[in-house]
Amino acid sequence: MNGLLNYLKEIGAGIKTLLTGMRVTSGYFFSPKEIVTQKYPENRDTLKMFDRFKGELEMPHTAENTHTCTGCGICENVCPNGSIQILTHKKENEEGKLVKQLHTHIYHLSMCTFCGLCVKNCPSDAIVFNQSFEHAVFDRQKLTKVLNKPGSILKKEAKGL
Amino acid sequence: MYDFSQLTQAIHLFLVQHLNSSSVAIVELVLVGLLFLTMYAILGLTLVYMERKVCAFIQNRLGPNRVGPLGLLQTVADLIKLLFKELLMVKKADKFLFNLAPFIVVIASMMTIGALPFAKGFQAIDLNIGLFYIISITSLGVLGILLAGWSSNSKYSLLGALRSGAQIISYELSVSLSLLSIIMFTGSMQLSVIVESQANGWWIFKGHIPVFISFLIFLIASTAETNRGPFDIAEAESELTAGFHTEYSGIKFAFFFLAEYMNMFLSAALAATVFLGGWMPFHVSGFEGLNQVMDFIPPIVWFFGKTFTLIYVIMLFKWTFPRLRVDQLLTLEWKYLLPINLVNTIVIAFVVVMGWYF
Amino acid sequence: MTGKVNKREILVEQNDEYIINMGPQHPSTHGVLRFELSLKGETVQRVVPHCGYIHRGIEKMCEANTYRQIIHLTDRMDYLSAHMNNEALSLCVEKALEIEIPQRAKIIRTILAELSRIGSHQLWWAAFGMDMGALTTFFYGMRDREMILDIFEETCGSRLLHSYICPGGLMHDVHPDFVPRIKEFITYFRNKLPEYDRLLSGNVIFTTRSKGIGKLSYEQAINYGVTGPSGRGSGFSCDVRIHQPYSAYDLVEVNEQLRTEGDVYSRYMLRIDEMWESMRIIEQLIELLPEDGFTAKMKPVLKLPAGSYYQRVETARGELGIYLISDNEKSPARLKFRSPNFSNLFVMDLLSKGHKIADLVAISGSLDLVIPDIDR
Repeated sequence: MNGLLNYLKEIGAGIKTLLTGMRVTSGYFFSPKEIVTQKYPENRDTLKMFDRFKGELEMPHTAENTHTCTGCGICENVCPNGSIQILTHKKENEEGKLVKQLHTHIYHLSMCTFCGLCVKNCPSDAIVFNQSFEHAVFDRQKLTKVLNKPGSILKKEAKGL
Repeated sequence: MYDFSQLTQAIHLFLVQHLNSSSVAIVELVLVGLLFLTMYAILGLTLVYMERKVCAFIQNRLGPNRVGPLGLLQTVADLIKLLFKELLMVKKADKFLFNLAPFIVVIASMMTIGALPFAKGFQAIDLNIGLFYIISITSLGVLGILLAGWSSNSKYSLLGALRSGAQIISYELSVSLSLLSIIMFTGSMQLSVIVESQANGWWIFKGHIPVFISFLIFLIASTAETNRGPFDIAEAESELTAGFHTEYSGIKFAFFFLAEYMNMFLSAALAATVFLGGWMPFHVSGFEGLNQVMDFIPPIVWFFGKTFTLIYVIMLFKWTFPRLRVDQLLTLEWKYLLPINLVNTIVIAFVVVMGWYF
Repeated sequence: MTGKVNKREILVEQNDEYIINMGPQHPSTHGVLRFELSLKGETVQRVVPHCGYIHRGIEKMCEANTYRQIIHLTDRMDYLSAHMNNEALSLCVEKALEIEIPQRAKIIRTILAELSRIGSHQLWWAAFGMDMGALTTFFYGMRDREMILDIFEETCGSRLLHSYICPGGLMHDVHPDFVPRIKEFITYFRNKLPEYDRLLSGNVIFTTRSKGIGKLSYEQAINYGVTGPSGRGSGFSCDVRIHQPYSAYDLVEVNEQLRTEGDVYSRYMLRIDEMWESMRIIEQLIELLPEDGFTAKMKPVLKLPAGSYYQRVETARGELGIYLISDNEKSPARLKFRSPNFSNLFVMDLLSKGHKIADLVAISGSLDLVIPDIDR
């Protein structure tokens, strides 16, 4: 008799736990406010990444198309997998002296691991990460970028870094 | 008030006037066949859409929302995709059985749908052994699953098929025993008679506690028989990748998929018919006003309303519970459901003999 | 000297064995791990784990990189506890250079480590439910983890592979919203965590499937070097946070969670308890957070004095040890990671012998394996 009682108790307790679980799930079923899905391409305008989001590397330019990069090559050295290449050339400055200057700053987005060492180590704060995250392209060549091309984005206000 | 037999009679008379008797039979068979095939396809698509939406809302998601308004055309798009996919063949598989298996599964689920009373007069064939017919035909489906697992020449498939065999053979007992309780009340296996007997109240209310127990057992056992929910050990995604239909692709996979959903519909519809009055509106004897208001709602709405409520419950099972292990599945059947069911059957026999029901 | 070659036959497959390859692509191995199972009916007789499918040679790559560059490689071992991996290497370098980092950096490191522990356990809970067949848990776990990832993204700039903790402190100071967001998360998650229990822990199907399955005894846990929640589930007190406090763990009260049953259920409950404990630790640490100083003064080029150094930390999966040999160069001469997952993996055969296939999935889920950490 005791065994039978235990048997029935066991069934009752089991059913109770099952019902608690079902209450959780059906509770969510009947509360559509809890839905967390973001409708991505539609919410492009409102979707804002955080300021520090490491999207892709870029070199802010002023309105006169100048930048602060000196071509020192620290970012190239510090990059763990060689996704930055710096080409320099000798050029006369205002005083008529030949000075080493940046020619092309090549950035391989396809190899970048977004560790942030280049931005942190840059002595003249010439490169920053922007917030773009839609990197998909149909041509692999497009992932190799030249950062110091004229007409790049105007320098923004100092970031919170 | 809403009687489909008037419509069918009218069509019958129209055909008799214009054709001879043998062509009337052929035309009517074709018409019925087309109607039920269309209904089968539409129900399948609806159920797939419903499952995706239900599980999405349970999981705080939106579910399909890209193809068509509210994603309504998503299942159609899926179907078109499946139709165009390559039918892969496994090396050294038993070609004939491999191709036969999905058809057995689909035909087994398709054959039962004709015996269901959707509304008054809306029933392809009103067999006097309707319940018996449905129970026996649904168990044919396991043959297809076993064949699929055996002929695929894949180890995962074979394991899934054997699990499914053990599962369905044991759960069939509970399904038929719980249906037996209503057969004892009505004294008939004809589905239309069972529905008519609930005109003054559904069996789940008239037969109170014992019928409620057998209703619960039927719900659990039929979920297990359709290889769904917490009992989906035959396909067990996280263990056997996809179980018995691992090697199937394209439309053959779609057949298994469709059959699973239709079996779910069938078990929900059967539970609605037998325990919840089928297309019979909600009647309480003595409240004529209420009864007339309820009669105003068409029976087809009653039928599908009840069925889809039960389908929602079955879906809730699937999306809430963890899967049972194969030996626990058999323990549940042989140590819990079957003994309770047997005792319950005896209790019901008492209740019927003593007339202790409403 | 004459040699003699004996013919030796090793039977890979006995006659009545049913061999199944679970993986490298299988839904429940969570990555490219391969189990070679020998079955008798449904019962598992033997499990042979094969790893190496995601071997990237991280240890060798470390020998060619500077210490600051290695940080981003450690992220990619156990990607769910990236902060702890970064911290381990940073601590090792700081120990070698004998640098004391500011208090604030220490505390922030610890907060981040505990946050990623919660995040990792949430993801584990989500995936473990999936292994068991409860598909909804996956979305609930991921939903709650999203808040942690947002905190990380705002402060570190990335969600998974942070490279935020570096030798000398932190890459940059935390975002001003860091503390309010954590407080918001803790109030949110304190309400949500009981839901996990209601949905899965209490469920009768779940308890019957997990209790008494995959028993790992206290001695076996020590013999196999099973650490972390998996080891503590067997009563093996192996929490590095208590036995060798590093960073800011000596400032706060840390209670080691221990359970003695050693089965799947105890490992499961232990992780749930650890989430509660981590929230408690974070709350204590937030109170102690000083105003400024996120990094110590460091030389631009790090050269560790010649010698060998060992540092261990507690990641979400167990004890991560870093053994570093330096010969006074810019990069280490040899770097060896003692990864917790590698030791935890090899109890699979011991635990799942005699159980069903479904139990094998539950056991491998309860060990919480991250495959890239096994192969490195």
